[in-house]
Amino acid sequence: MIAKKSTAYFFLLPYLVLFSLFIIVPTVMAIALSFTNFNAVEAPEFVGLTNYINLLTQDTIFLQYVLPNTLIFAIIVGPCGYMLAFFLAWSLSQLTKGPRTVLALIIYSPSMTMGVAMTVVWRVVFLGNQSGIANYALTQLGAITEPIIWMLNTNYILPIIIVVALWSSMGVGFLAMLAGVMNVSPELYEAAAIDGVRNRLQEMFYITIPSMKPQMLFGAVMSVVGAFQAGNIGTMLTGSNPTPMYAGQLIVNHIEDYGFIRYEMGYAAAVSVALLGIIYAFSFIAKRLFSEKD
Amino acid sequence: MAIGGTKFSPKKFSKNQLPIYLYMVPIAVFMGAPILYIVNNAFKPMDELYAFPPRFFVTNPSLVNFRNLFQTAAGSGIPISRYVFNSLIVTLLVVLLSVLISTMAGFALSKLKFPGKKAIFEVNNAALMFVTVAVTIPRYLTISSVGILDTYLAHILPLIAMPVSLFLIKQFIDQVPNSLLEAAQLEGANSFTVYRKVILPLIKPAVATGAILAFQQVWNNIETSNLFTSAEGMRTLAFYMNTLTGVGTVAGQGMAAAASLIMFVPNLILFIIMQSSVMNTMAYSGMK
Repeated sequence: MIAKKSTAYFFLLPYLVLFSLFIIVPTVMAIALSFTNFNAVEAPEFVGLTNYINLLTQDTIFLQYVLPNTLIFAIIVGPCGYMLAFFLAWSLSQLTKGPRTVLALIIYSPSMTMGVAMTVVWRVVFLGNQSGIANYALTQLGAITEPIIWMLNTNYILPIIIVVALWSSMGVGFLAMLAGVMNVSPELYEAAAIDGVRNRLQEMFYITIPSMKPQMLFGAVMSVVGAFQAGNIGTMLTGSNPTPMYAGQLIVNHIEDYGFIRYEMGYAAAVSVALLGIIYAFSFIAKRLFSEKD
Repeated sequence: MAIGGTKFSPKKFSKNQLPIYLYMVPIAVFMGAPILYIVNNAFKPMDELYAFPPRFFVTNPSLVNFRNLFQTAAGSGIPISRYVFNSLIVTLLVVLLSVLISTMAGFALSKLKFPGKKAIFEVNNAALMFVTVAVTIPRYLTISSVGILDTYLAHILPLIAMPVSLFLIKQFIDQVPNSLLEAAQLEGANSFTVYRKVILPLIKPAVATGAILAFQQVWNNIETSNLFTSAEGMRTLAFYMNTLTGVGTVAGQGMAAAASLIMFVPNLILFIIMQSSVMNTMAYSGMK
């Protein structure tokens, strides 16, 4: 429609100002700070690439625990959680409206419990004594005789974080994919049947997924972001940063550790930039897979 | 017409839906059980919280945990009503302002012509990947240099601009036919009238979705209280409830469950009310 440019900018201005101030500026500042030594009291001192070099050569905790943990976590919670979200959406779309709505609501609701509720319930489940639910169930089944101290046992911390993250990961992306599957035109399936598509799997790969690529991409981006956003589950469950023996330490915790506990903000900023880079890489792969441009 | 085997959004129950129920019901139980457990724990009296073996369901529901919760708050110097007040005012303003500025920006990006439009939308799309935790420190520095530490603005301003909200709203406005806007203009409506009288009424589902996404962001947020305020009286309910979960005692467990129930229920109710709007918006959530 016809309107003056000034009008357009007027409508855009409030969003742009806040968006720049709280999203663009902090990101640019993180990049700038990553080339400095900064302890939050004295002025930042330019040190070039030192922080990045240290990150890749000196920081044994990062290389030995944080990076592998983060990659394992991100690959399981990101792509696997994403495929799970699609599979659940696809399954739900084949049910009648009533049960579908109820089941979708149940599956979506954990993603609303960020923070408080999540910590409460999972701490009780993985309580380190007899009365913890997981220990009690395993004892009843005869699988264990002594209760497992879940939150101090380095073998279990990361898997528990992954389970909890998957549990709470069926959020906006899941809803988008559900809407996407529901909106694929029925005529496409009829046409495909005539063309020789025989079973559900063929339909899924030849019709459903190609017709909802845009929603698949949106869902993928939401999954990647969600996976990295959920990074503080470990510190919430174990109640400490660093997590015991760094077993559940993810990049997000590493940033907090350096930024807010050791006040090495320049170094923390370099780790932040590395994190943004990893997220960007994941999203780039998703775009390659689902983009309609080529 | 039996085609391939997949039947989407069927009207009636049929036998070939059974296998789907066979795995969907256990998954739903896994997803729902923790929440059901919180509900039960919140209403368990002391002896049931202590009970061994641990029991899932409450037998004699009582409000003792809620009473303890309010008493603890009363004993801590700052009445719980203060946290509730802070949360309500912050939540209300973030939801209203976020919807207002996202719909305005969405309208401009979808229907108005101006240089830089495509670039701005692309930058917003890239910002969908923005993870706030990665830039917590620079955000803190920004907020302190704007001079709003320890004010309501520190809770409100950082949360208003939501790239996801703008994205969904813009995609939804794309569906509004241009002819409708042109007709309104022919009758003498200016851009502001078009926005208010044509666009807003037509995009109610997207507005509802933007509102609920903003609500979830702000209502559960402990980061702003934690980092951008230091005065106890300026902190929000979510933050206060979160401090209670740290108490390791059995009485603390009951209180924490009551606290998380109080935080969770508004989320759930709002989502149930708005779920059909949300699904309607998600239909246009595609990215190219």
